[in-house]
Amino acid sequence: MKAFGPYIKLILALILIVFSAVGIAQHTDVQLKVLWTDALVYLLVIALLLFAIQAKSKEHLRGPWRHIARRRIAMSAMVVLMFYVAVGLLDSVHFRKALERQAGQTQVHYSGEVLSLLDVVATALRERQETTYSAPFATHAYTKEMLEVDGRQVRDFPRLNYGGAHLNNPEEDKLSDIVANSSIALLEALLTSAFFFYILSVVLARNRKTSVREQAIQILRFRTELPWMIMFLTFMVLLLCVFLIINLSTKYHVFGTDKVGQDVLYLALKSIRTGLVIGTLTTLIMLPFAVMLGIMAGYFRGWVDDVIQYIYTTLNSIPGVLLIAAAVLSLQVYMENHPEMFETLIDRTDMRLLFLCIILGITSWTGLCRLLRGETLKVSQVDYVEAATAFGVRHFNIMTRHILPNVMHIVLIAVVIDFSGLVLAEAVLSYIGIGVDPAMISWGNMINSARLEMARDPIVWWSLAAAFVFMFVLVLAANLFSDAVRDAFDPRVSRSQ
Amino acid sequence: MAEQTQILKVENLHTWFRGDGRIARAVDGVSFTINKGETFALLGESGCGKSVTSLSIMRLVPEPGGKIVQGRVNLHGQDLLQLPETQMRDVRGSRIAMIFQEPMTSLNPVLKIGEQIEETAVRHKTLKEGQTARQKAIELLNAVGLPDAQRRYSEYPHQLSGGMKQRVMIAIALAGDPELLIADEPTTALDVTIQSQVLQLLRELQGETHMAVMLITHDLGVVAEMADRVAVMYAGQIVEQADRETFFKAPKHPYSIKLFESLPNRTKRNQRLAVIQGSVPSLATEFKGCRFEPRCQFAIEDCKNNVPVWQSFDELGEETGVLCHRFDPRFESQFSEPVQKIFDAVAQSDDPVTTRGFKELLKVNELKVHFPIQKGLFKRTVGHVRAVDGVSIDIPQGKTLALVGESGCGKTTVGKGILQLISPTAGSVNLDNEELTNLAKHQMRQRRKDIQIIFQDPFSSMNPRMMVADIIEEGMVAQRVGGDKQKRQTRIDELLNQVGLSPEVKYRYPHEFSGGQRQRICIARALAVEPKLIICDEPTSALDVSVQAQILNLLKELQDKFGLAYLFITHNLSVVEYLAHNVAVMYLGRIVETGTVEEVLENPLHPYTKALLSAVPQVDIDSERKVIRLRGELPSPANPPVGCHFNPRCAKAWQECRNGYPSARSVSPTHSVRCYLYQEN
Amino acid sequence: MLAYLVRRILYALPILIGVNLLTFALFFVVNKPDDMARMHLGVKHVTPAAIERWKQEHGYDKPLFYNPASETGNAFTDTIFFTKSVRLFIFDFGNADDGRNITYDITQRMWPSLAIAIPTLLVGLLVYITFAMTLAFFRATYIDYAGVILAVVLMSISGLFYIIGGQYLVSKLLHLVPISGYATGLTAIKFLILPVLIGVIGSIGSNSRWYRTIFLEEINKDYVRTARAKGLSERVVLFKHVLKNALIPILTGIVVILPMLFMGNLILESFFGVPGLGSYTIDAIRQQDFAIVRAMVFLGSVLYIIGLILTDISYTIVDPRIRLGGS
Repeated sequence: MKAFGPYIKLILALILIVFSAVGIAQHTDVQLKVLWTDALVYLLVIALLLFAIQAKSKEHLRGPWRHIARRRIAMSAMVVLMFYVAVGLLDSVHFRKALERQAGQTQVHYSGEVLSLLDVVATALRERQETTYSAPFATHAYTKEMLEVDGRQVRDFPRLNYGGAHLNNPEEDKLSDIVANSSIALLEALLTSAFFFYILSVVLARNRKTSVREQAIQILRFRTELPWMIMFLTFMVLLLCVFLIINLSTKYHVFGTDKVGQDVLYLALKSIRTGLVIGTLTTLIMLPFAVMLGIMAGYFRGWVDDVIQYIYTTLNSIPGVLLIAAAVLSLQVYMENHPEMFETLIDRTDMRLLFLCIILGITSWTGLCRLLRGETLKVSQVDYVEAATAFGVRHFNIMTRHILPNVMHIVLIAVVIDFSGLVLAEAVLSYIGIGVDPAMISWGNMINSARLEMARDPIVWWSLAAAFVFMFVLVLAANLFSDAVRDAFDPRVSRSQ
Repeated sequence: MAEQTQILKVENLHTWFRGDGRIARAVDGVSFTINKGETFALLGESGCGKSVTSLSIMRLVPEPGGKIVQGRVNLHGQDLLQLPETQMRDVRGSRIAMIFQEPMTSLNPVLKIGEQIEETAVRHKTLKEGQTARQKAIELLNAVGLPDAQRRYSEYPHQLSGGMKQRVMIAIALAGDPELLIADEPTTALDVTIQSQVLQLLRELQGETHMAVMLITHDLGVVAEMADRVAVMYAGQIVEQADRETFFKAPKHPYSIKLFESLPNRTKRNQRLAVIQGSVPSLATEFKGCRFEPRCQFAIEDCKNNVPVWQSFDELGEETGVLCHRFDPRFESQFSEPVQKIFDAVAQSDDPVTTRGFKELLKVNELKVHFPIQKGLFKRTVGHVRAVDGVSIDIPQGKTLALVGESGCGKTTVGKGILQLISPTAGSVNLDNEELTNLAKHQMRQRRKDIQIIFQDPFSSMNPRMMVADIIEEGMVAQRVGGDKQKRQTRIDELLNQVGLSPEVKYRYPHEFSGGQRQRICIARALAVEPKLIICDEPTSALDVSVQAQILNLLKELQDKFGLAYLFITHNLSVVEYLAHNVAVMYLGRIVETGTVEEVLENPLHPYTKALLSAVPQVDIDSERKVIRLRGELPSPANPPVGCHFNPRCAKAWQECRNGYPSARSVSPTHSVRCYLYQEN
Repeated sequence: MLAYLVRRILYALPILIGVNLLTFALFFVVNKPDDMARMHLGVKHVTPAAIERWKQEHGYDKPLFYNPASETGNAFTDTIFFTKSVRLFIFDFGNADDGRNITYDITQRMWPSLAIAIPTLLVGLLVYITFAMTLAFFRATYIDYAGVILAVVLMSISGLFYIIGGQYLVSKLLHLVPISGYATGLTAIKFLILPVLIGVIGSIGSNSRWYRTIFLEEINKDYVRTARAKGLSERVVLFKHVLKNALIPILTGIVVILPMLFMGNLILESFFGVPGLGSYTIDAIRQQDFAIVRAMVFLGSVLYIIGLILTDISYTIVDPRIRLGGS
């Protein structure tokens, strides 16, 4: 019973969350809408939590993670990843608002517009739409328009509806206003991080049974076992960014606006979920196939191996892009001919995202499957598998109890390494026109639409820049983190022996 | 002893490894000298720092992590540790050469062996006037006794057998005309008959070139055969040093004494072997007293708290001495037991091996395991690897049959064929009057509780992802023995007690145990399903001598207690002498001689058995044994020699031997041999 | 050797048949030719007559597998499956939607693709190996550490950024080479420099890091210790002993992609307006020209299988331990 304790706690916590969500929904007149990808994201989160609980009680799982936790760069990267994940999760809770109840109506009708928590948080960004392009921190539009100045028709750059609208004299006041707002942001960031630092010290001091003061000094001097100071510094930088955005983006368009006047920062933030979903769900979807087939091929050998090898060689022989293209094109035709199956725009884009994940999964499981087959071939020669056979243990039990746990490190390494590649692939596929739905907000679509404006003068660079920077930070963090994971789990990379 | 020229003098050498925030003091204050033309043996168990010592001399300690932190290595008075790297390179390969334990991986796989030999000669300019590098390489290949040197020159390492590769390594070492050859466990990876060839070669070469040899080994027998002087290492230090006679006649350090006592042999058959309790301490610990103290039977309180000081016995020879409080004038008086009595301290076990009837348990008849060789367009089977080619053995209840042979002879395959882990090509395996080869898969699964297996490598025989309790329980669950969950747990505790482990260890993972402890867990796992027969596949060959003794004692004790039968697969003849009742000698898939242990070991009939027995290095330095050296190496079982498989290597072979495989000839009711030298009956 | 080759080619056949069936299923079973026609005509112009006309023009007006009403009297060959799928095996790719012969287009367009792909491969190999060797030589020093971080940063940047940034910097700001376009003969060089450069830089991070791992793996092997014990210098150890072994996985890893070089680099060619097979494919995907996509899928798998066979052969050439056919 003791072993199930953590699971029961987790399940209780989840039930609590679901009930409170339903409760909140009922009292605030919103209707939860769970998209397919949302559901899978929740599933993934639950799986990760279960895995964490499992790992806590098993030394062979805990050991490598402890090793990762001691690495400075990896932990710093993890803090960055957590920020991305937080934004992505906020953007994965969707709902519809109730419409004003008309007279005589008994039933509540809900708006057709599906919003996410992130949309609510970023309402200011979402709703302050300009008419077309504007540069970062601009107060005037990018293109000239006919304006009425003192009753005369003049062709000039019009003031933006929202960007810097609070300034009476933009040319003179803008810089000092930005500096003032940034200073406030800096101050806020410092105060907040000081608070968090205190909390951290108190928690660590309680665990280690030292005084808070002593613990704080330990952290500041980089003396703690885990690199808390590095993590904290990363956190501080991110916090500063958050406060800068909070303070400035309500007054300016920090990253400018796009062709239809949408705030680019909002687009970049919304793209985070798309990137994360592609990076994680793709592997989640393909994993069961790759693991099952790979282990079966390596364990049973003979004709089972031949069939599985045939399947993956066949799939592998089609160039990935072309297979994706073929599948996505077929899907497009299907969707266009069956519009009735996709109720709303968001349903359609979501289905296409999910389908893209599946098809990307199909093209990428073969590599993992081959690795697992090879490793299983090796592991099933090892004495302990032979010993289990000598005890008359059944094949299924041998595969799940003996082989799977001993090839799991390969799966883990493949998952973390694939993640960054998939995020980058999204951009390329969207460029070719076989990525996510053009109506979906993603870095790929941002780049794709901005690319066409490269020829304009002055160049419209901000959409591109925002997409590349957001993508770069995520991929870099993921790469640095996956390096640590590989070092810790790959037995071939010998650690300080 | 006459005054000799000193070549190498190592003083107070310290080599440490850093990693994971700890420091492992692999070599912690080692001093010794090596003289011209002598063989200096560094003896010790795995992990004692003997290899690191040799790498330190060569300044090849793996970096980062490893570092020589202190000490001097004087080569003719010049401190090698002070040399710049470029000058050190002139020393390596030229004045000091080195050969390694693993000939399989120590040669570059993509370079021709000739090129690899030339490289040293060219680098150190040892070519004679008018001699090409190729000529030099061929000359060296001839010198190390590699037949057909011209052809071998342009072969790649994978085309050679292990023994030949080690010869090539020696040729590379000789190419620089070294004054000192460091041989790091040069024969550990080789079979006994090949080992004796290589050792003989080293001796001959030493006689010709007068080079000094520093021989690193764990094998007392090899030391007895080769060394002029011996140093024993324990936990990073030299604990005893003496010339060969002194050391073998009267070892002084308690560790050395125990090493001798724990060697199994026939004279100890009816007694328990002496064991060294516990295991080698981690080198990362800081030692306050004697490092051997926790395992030492003589230890007194002072051993724990005082670092021992080197005690010289110069009257017994150069540099003779010991690192032990028992010989320290300050503490000597406190040891109650006089030093001489130690030899009698061997624990005598009075219960002789029980002889519970002679009921046949296992009868294997004409067992064959052939693996097909496939070739060509449609993978036609063009031949077979006859790994096991007609093996018949019987094992009575409660007895031990030792299956002896060199690597590649098929002995492990016999074990797996009996277990039906590999389905036999032909023949019968009869256990308790039930034919196993005819059983359907599910029937066989139910019968598996009767035969169990213990593997050679204790590190790979347990799933690293499972707890000890789960490992032991797995077989009980699969075979439905041991009752319900509660009862199984009680049974696991009982089993762990039986194999000498505390029941508390059951919630731990295999990696937390030492090799010997793991082997105990494996034995507990096998016992869990109450088998009648246990196949022991080289269960002690991966263990150190002192730990081997613990396991052998345990196996013997369990046999007496539960009447278990063992099929003991091994290449180690001294273990056979100690443990087995009957012996079967295997050569290339067939049994060439079988009989009781006394018959086969005292009166070997087959020329192969004779050669095998003579090749084992003996610890007894007075024994006048004559080594019968076999020509060549084990042929491939895919293409065995016509006639008697042994005839191409047999000194006594004549025409008849090439005509057909000899049938079994009985010499006594229990002793039979397959050789034309003996009369058919 | 010959028997081995024959066997490999025989083994390849079922794979090609599998690829063929898979694409056939994707293009003709999931969606009927009617759906395709409807999409091409655009929702507004769809009339049954228009659909029929479109299908007839493009040869989709036949049953999928069995045509009892065939005019030529051949009920099996006069079907979509036979004309569109089976004929791929004799490299008859048919016509594109705009009526051009695909086989002819492929033979024309593969040369510009090769003109980019081959220099990219060769220059890249040189750069990556040099970079990786340098890092391996300075292993466990700050040079190595910084180099690895640099490689990780480089591989974290989207490939599109290299192209867009490169075009903007080199062509638009510095006016060193034309932004895009292609010419035949020697004049092609000025159009090729930038795409090749970007192609090399684009994968410098991942490849160098991978090669570095291979080198380090080799450096830790026993034979390297033997070489050092001979008194050889670190330079000789690296270049003679380590490089020779490390090149085996590197070179054989490249052989598998050699035939694929014909297919060209989709993104590079499309951005730089090079009339190769890569941009051909992209244009086909954008215009939803299924005939070309099908042809390229088939061609791609044929080339991949050739690559696999070449890999096996190349192993026997560079690695003395491996002999074909035997076990």
